[in-house]
Amino acid sequence: MKHLIVIGAGTAGTTVANQMRGRLPRDWSLTVIDPEPEHLFQPDLIFVPFGMQTPERALRPRGRTFRGVRWMQRGVESVDTDKKRIALDNGDQLKYDLLVIASGAEIRPDETAGLMGDEWQRAIFDFYTLEGATKLRDALAAFEGGRVVVNIVEMPIKCPVAPLEITFLADSYFTGRGLRDQVELIYVTPLDGAFTKPIASRALGSMLTDRGIRVEAEFNAGEVDSEHKVLKSWDEREVPFDLLITIPTHMGARFVEASGLGDELAFVPTDNATLRAQGHDDIFVLGDATNLPTSKAGSVAHFQSEVLVENLQRSIAGRSLVEDFDGHANCFIESGFGKAMLIDFNYDQEPLPGVYPYPVVGPFQLLKESRRNHWGKLAFRWVYWNMLLPGRPIPVPNHMSMAGKRLLPDADNPLAA
Amino acid sequence: MPAIEYAGTSVEVNDEGFLLQSDSWTREIAEAIAAEVGIGPLTEKHWQVIEFCRQDAAEQGQPPGLRRISKLSGINMKELYQLFPKGPGKLAARVSGLPKPQGCI
Ligand SMILES: Cc1cc2nc3c(=O)[nH]c(=O)nc-3n(C[C@H](O)[C@H](O)[C@H](O)COP(=O)(O)OP(=O)(O)OC[C@H]3O[C@@H](n4cnc5c(N)ncnc54)[C@H](O)[C@@H]3O)c2cc1C
Repeated sequence: MKHLIVIGAGTAGTTVANQMRGRLPRDWSLTVIDPEPEHLFQPDLIFVPFGMQTPERALRPRGRTFRGVRWMQRGVESVDTDKKRIALDNGDQLKYDLLVIASGAEIRPDETAGLMGDEWQRAIFDFYTLEGATKLRDALAAFEGGRVVVNIVEMPIKCPVAPLEITFLADSYFTGRGLRDQVELIYVTPLDGAFTKPIASRALGSMLTDRGIRVEAEFNAGEVDSEHKVLKSWDEREVPFDLLITIPTHMGARFVEASGLGDELAFVPTDNATLRAQGHDDIFVLGDATNLPTSKAGSVAHFQSEVLVENLQRSIAGRSLVEDFDGHANCFIESGFGKAMLIDFNYDQEPLPGVYPYPVVGPFQLLKESRRNHWGKLAFRWVYWNMLLPGRPIPVPNHMSMAGKRLLPDADNPLAA
Repeated sequence: MPAIEYAGTSVEVNDEGFLLQSDSWTREIAEAIAAEVGIGPLTEKHWQVIEFCRQDAAEQGQPPGLRRISKLSGINMKELYQLFPKGPGKLAARVSGLPKPQGCI
């Protein structure tokens, strides 16, 4: 018997496991390992702080997310790539012939001096965990005015648009409570603008300023002074806050670091087209666990899973791999007041305006706010639980397509040579 | 793409000033870029960072991000900000003739 093992049953691991079942030769077994009893739909984390989703409804029992796949409820401690063995947290060892690392990324507030000091979860909150998002909800409900600072400590982070969404939603939330005049909203980012890519950055940047949200760019947070409630950058700039919504440093799983499989942030160096771990023929990686230069997003994990499922089968059959992943990502961006935007891009093509997924008819608007996009964002929840996780085909093209996208006039388009 | 003359050599750069061909980089060009952005003349510590960045990029196929530089070049984060103010990751890459570090999409 040979063994295919998937570490991590989040978005990526679950969809791959569900797709591989039924595609394996008879002499292969399939096991998924994840210690957490429940599966969290992370896109709901932006809604929880504003009471737009309850914490309970963002979770489902993990057992219900598999279609006939064996799930072992354990944590992985380390991987011995020479002996092809995995050590579990109960001391057991498992042998693998083919390994998929899908252990995602986690926030590491402990990486920033002072962040987890006296004000942690009193005046400083994350929303990338369900606990953080829930505590932030309570803090927002009790907030009566002052300076609210949203800060990205360092890139890369999961869903790089989520900090913008939380800011837009905060603007919408305080407006709804009739408090917006008493609240100063500041967006503090290490990037040189609102987003990493120029055209989207300009569009999103002006949406922030139009709403009276100040942007502090190129701010690399170095420490937090809890006593005075001040966020400080490495180059000694200071931003005082009454409430700090932090997006802490992200790192890959600790076993990745412990096994010497990661880069300086414990992300696994991965071949960007085949999704094989660099230097390891029998290990594949997908989702947030990779070091690939594309978004850490559920949509990316979905687009990758198609390539990965093909390559796992080829690897088992001893055939050459397909080099087919193009970095495709798309994200709805919730912009408050019942509207959202959508962006669609890949390794080479930055987000552009236009319509998606079909030319002319859309129905979604790219890089532009609309109510329909907001309904699209909410519909993604259904698609996630009922199509993406079970590994059913989703009717959008796997490769990014230029159809429906509008190239801007040369003057505005940094890509036009 | 615009071409710029640095130290008597014409090189192609993108609109953020990053060299398009890192092969066309020389130490003189590094000094010229440093002067242009106001951090010249380059000190021994600058060179320690630049040499690390160029070697790492050649090995890894992509320019190192800030965290990687601070972890592996022997120059810590605080010092990197003194040497390459504001955005050390970006600035070090630019002076080293490398593309803007991606790290983040
Ligand atoms: C606030 C927020 C908003 C987001 N919004 C969107 C959105 O609108 N659209 C979108 O496409 N994406 C969004 N995302 C991103 C999306 O949730 C992630 O990119 C996606 O979940 C990545 O899937 P993954 O399987 O790689 O990681 P995860 O889904 O995080 O799963 C990793 C799994 O690995 C397990 N694991 C970790 N360590 C171990 C170990 N040692 N042993 C065994 N198992 C382990 C964990 O328990 C976890 O279940 C958002 C994320 C956040 C935080």
